[in-house]
Amino acid sequence: MSAEPAPAPTPTRAAAPAAASSGPAVRVRGLTKSYGDLAVLRGVDLDVARGSVLALLGSNGAGKTTLVKILSTLLRADSGTASVNGFDVATQARDVRASLSLTGQFAAVDGLLTGRENLELVARLRHLPRPGAIADELLARFSLTEAGGRRAATFSGGMQRRLDLAMSLVGHPAVVVLDEPTTGLDPEARLGVWAAVAELAAGGTSVLLTTQHLEEAERLADRIAILHGGRILVDGTLAELTALLPPARVEYVEKRPSLEDVFLALTASGRGVPAEPSTATSAASTTSTTTRTTEREGDL
Amino acid sequence: MMDRHFWGDTAVLTRRSLTHVLRSPDTIVTTAVMPVAIMLLFVFVLGGSIDTGAGAGAGSYVDYLLPGILLITVATGVSYTAYRLFLDLQGGLLERFRSMPVARTSVLWAHVLTSLVANVVSLVLVVGVAVAIGFRSGAAVPAWLGVVGIMLLFTLALTWLAVIPGLTATSVEGASAFSYPLVFLPFLSSAFAPTDAMPGPVRWFAEHQPVTAIVDALRALLTQQPVGTGIWTALAWCVGLLVLAVLVAARTYRRKLS
Ligand SMILES: Nc1ncnc2c1ncn2[C@@H]1O[C@H](COP(=O)(O)OP(=O)(O)O)[C@@H](O)[C@H]1O
Ligand SMILES: [Mg+2]
Repeated sequence: MSAEPAPAPTPTRAAAPAAASSGPAVRVRGLTKSYGDLAVLRGVDLDVARGSVLALLGSNGAGKTTLVKILSTLLRADSGTASVNGFDVATQARDVRASLSLTGQFAAVDGLLTGRENLELVARLRHLPRPGAIADELLARFSLTEAGGRRAATFSGGMQRRLDLAMSLVGHPAVVVLDEPTTGLDPEARLGVWAAVAELAAGGTSVLLTTQHLEEAERLADRIAILHGGRILVDGTLAELTALLPPARVEYVEKRPSLEDVFLALTASGRGVPAEPSTATSAASTTSTTTRTTEREGDL
Repeated sequence: MMDRHFWGDTAVLTRRSLTHVLRSPDTIVTTAVMPVAIMLLFVFVLGGSIDTGAGAGAGSYVDYLLPGILLITVATGVSYTAYRLFLDLQGGLLERFRSMPVARTSVLWAHVLTSLVANVVSLVLVVGVAVAIGFRSGAAVPAWLGVVGIMLLFTLALTWLAVIPGLTATSVEGASAFSYPLVFLPFLSSAFAPTDAMPGPVRWFAEHQPVTAIVDALRALLTQQPVGTGIWTALAWCVGLLVLAVLVAARTYRRKLS
């Protein structure tokens, strides 16, 4: 093994098709999806720039998972288009699957296999050479080397989540989608996932992550998009989003307005969309800001 | 359209699924336990009072009984297929595989092939016990090949049938409950006693249901009797069930994506 001249990382990269264009990593236009009478997505427009991290923020039931499933070819949209790495999710599903990796809302690891076997399985299914070496590298990277020989069912929740994430990174996919990656994790495990995402971003991978945690979006994302009522309400950098708050607000609140304020202001009622019960009650005090932002939405 | 990676992906996923079986060998033993218990009960407790008729020849009751017991073994065994598939669905692994560049039908075929292997092992266990308590057959190689062929076809058909609840169930119990009627069906057939002695409507049902056709064909092959046209009825039932099950299972699988 050591006889080989410094192995480049390329051999372990999935036989991912070259990007069809230099456009965004993910592009979504006018996407709609209903479950029977329930219109979950009502015309979603979204871009994830190459090499960037976009946080899709939305309350429980907003449709984040639905959107993520459409992007990972698990679900078909009713109308609109979506492309990943330049490939259309409806007509070039196979190329999309080779370009994208999904870490679902719940850890999907094989409990009867060891941590190592789980990684080797994914490497084989991605048709990569040297699955053993790939597994070793990822186990080390996610501090699972010691546990690697144990069945995944015996792992703690945090370890399973790390393994799950490691499985999604096999073959260095161009686009990584993380659906609520830290939901249900203890604070320490959450920090571990955050570190992994930061590392991904530093390595140039395009990341789309969904979250209900505003802090998480602030912490990890280059841009934040808020999904509410089936549409993207706003999409911008943290600075752009905070700027949406009326200046008057700054006089009363000494600390920087948190993203939560933006979120509550934007998702308050008055848009003809069913607000989440929790949002509706807390929105009462921010009604005036809602009106202001509604007017300003077009500026974004 | 056959995916370029179909064979490779199916092999990788089958190996994974067989590892599951190897790591929980109790599923194979459990599959064999109930049929063996029924076999012992009928041979040693009830068998003496069952008249298998002149047609059965000089063979012992276990010779008469074994074909039905083999079908019960498969019916029990495929419930584990539904169970394993359900766990994959529930645990998100099916979605993981489906979001990867993996040949789509490989995911199902891996479960189906694993089911065939696991059931064959259970069947060998059951036949072993049968031999130990006196089962004998003078059948020649072609007849045995016929028996093996029918059993494989039957297992394949029941396995694809098991895929349907595996994909649609909402609980572990629900995933395996479909096999209860399958296990019960042999009791209303010629598996344990000739149909002649059964009351009218039951007899009619017994003579027109697949288990009787399949059991009679297997028994004829094992006891070196002419199989007649019965074997075609048995094969027709197996193939018909297989085709129907594959169609419904494939449709259910595709529907999961909509
Ligand atoms: N398969 C389905 N059938 C019917 N309704 C569904 C289905 N999946 C999700 N929903 C509903 O669609 C809405 C959005 O769900 P989801 O995309 O999971 O939201 P999120 O991930 O943002 O919490 C919810 O109201 C949910 O109950
Ligand atoms: Mg969700």
